[in-house]
Amino acid sequence: MHEMSLCENILQTLQQQANAQQYSKVKTIWLEIGELAGVEADALRFSFDSVMQDSIADQARLEIIDIAGQAYCSHCAKNVPIQQRYDACPECGHFPLQIVAGDQMRIKQLEVE
Amino acid sequence: MCGICGCGEGHTHSHEEDHSHDSLDHDHHNPIDGHQHAAQHTHAQGLSPARMVQIEQDILAKNNAYADENRRYLSQRGILALNLVSSPGSGKTSLLTETIKRLKEELSIAVIEGDQQTTRDAERIRATGVPALQINTGKGCHLDAHRVGHAFEHLALSDHSLLFIENVGNLVCPSAFDLGEAHKVVILSVTEGEDKPIKYPDMFHAADLMILNKTDLLPYLDFNSAECIAYAKRVNPKIKVLSLSAKTGEGMDNWLKWLKAELELQRIDYA
Ligand SMILES: Nc1nc2c(ncn2[C@@H]2O[C@H](COP(=O)(O)OP(=O)(O)O)[C@@H](O)[C@H]2O)c(=O)[nH]1
Ligand SMILES: [Mg+2]
Ligand SMILES: [Zn+2]
Repeated sequence: MHEMSLCENILQTLQQQANAQQYSKVKTIWLEIGELAGVEADALRFSFDSVMQDSIADQARLEIIDIAGQAYCSHCAKNVPIQQRYDACPECGHFPLQIVAGDQMRIKQLEVE
Repeated sequence: MCGICGCGEGHTHSHEEDHSHDSLDHDHHNPIDGHQHAAQHTHAQGLSPARMVQIEQDILAKNNAYADENRRYLSQRGILALNLVSSPGSGKTSLLTETIKRLKEELSIAVIEGDQQTTRDAERIRATGVPALQINTGKGCHLDAHRVGHAFEHLALSDHSLLFIENVGNLVCPSAFDLGEAHKVVILSVTEGEDKPIKYPDMFHAADLMILNKTDLLPYLDFNSAECIAYAKRVNPKIKVLSLSAKTGEGMDNWLKWLKAELELQRIDYA
């Protein structure tokens, strides 16, 4: 999907944080990508290298932490696993469910110097 | 120069409120761990100065900050901004030109047109007599809040006006990018098939209103409107649905009523 501009947004954040966190080079970046976020990890890796080229994150390593989709079922009164945003409860068939995890795409941490 | 982005373009809308870079540094999603802390883990080798920094920030934090700024600008002026999203050819520009023809005498209207190439749609809008600004995204598959914010100043938007933002034709990417609009309106034409809401759930989840367009073609198709609406509600139980034909004008009155009611809501000064 829009993996290229996601990478551009990541780079902007890295540049913006460089001052506050006092680093001049990013060596590794950990992203949390939810299963429901609609992001293709392969496409993200592909865009990542080209967007980071000649920046403070040139040749940085990209680590993607997958976060499973989870939603709250009000009938079962508990969290259940889901694979897609519109999935019904796998245990009782109820929907809609309230998504509680797996729709995020976040920068988790950096290894910098 | 634009303080938030350093892009060299003048923002007329961005410097009246505090939006220093510091305000972006806070993590709004994780109040417990909301502060930045650079843990100083020096590597065992002792030589490398590498260390870990916790960021905990949404990848789209930058875009979302621009969107917040746009939303503040719009709400201060009572402007209703709508982000129109759909696949190419569903009839966004046609719906806009037909809407403008019916409303331009009573309302002030402006349009931002997003397409990868050409200024054709902005020209179609200008032909109706209202201002339009074309943003070409090139390879980009969606508009972002930063470019839209810059478009505001070129359009000289009047207070209590209606701003339509026609996004790039694409049922996937624009769903993730908040532009600061009051609502995303997804347009689906009946020739596209009733299963699109479950094939592209993110978009139908993000929209507050779905417009089923080209209803004049229903007699020639097997399109099942009830099934389509059921799919949309499955992805988004709160979505509202209007059926209309931009071509014949059937159903347009409900859409105009919705627009006027939403514009009226923008006049409310909440505490
Ligand atoms: N039959 C019919 N055709 C329509 C209707 N609305 C738009 N179209 C046609 O659909 C095509 C694409 O419309 P356009 O407004 O350019 O779609 P956009 O790409 O979403 O902006 C054009 O040929 C329009 O004339 C409608 O309500 N009925
Ligand atoms: Mg168009
Ligand atoms: Zn259940």
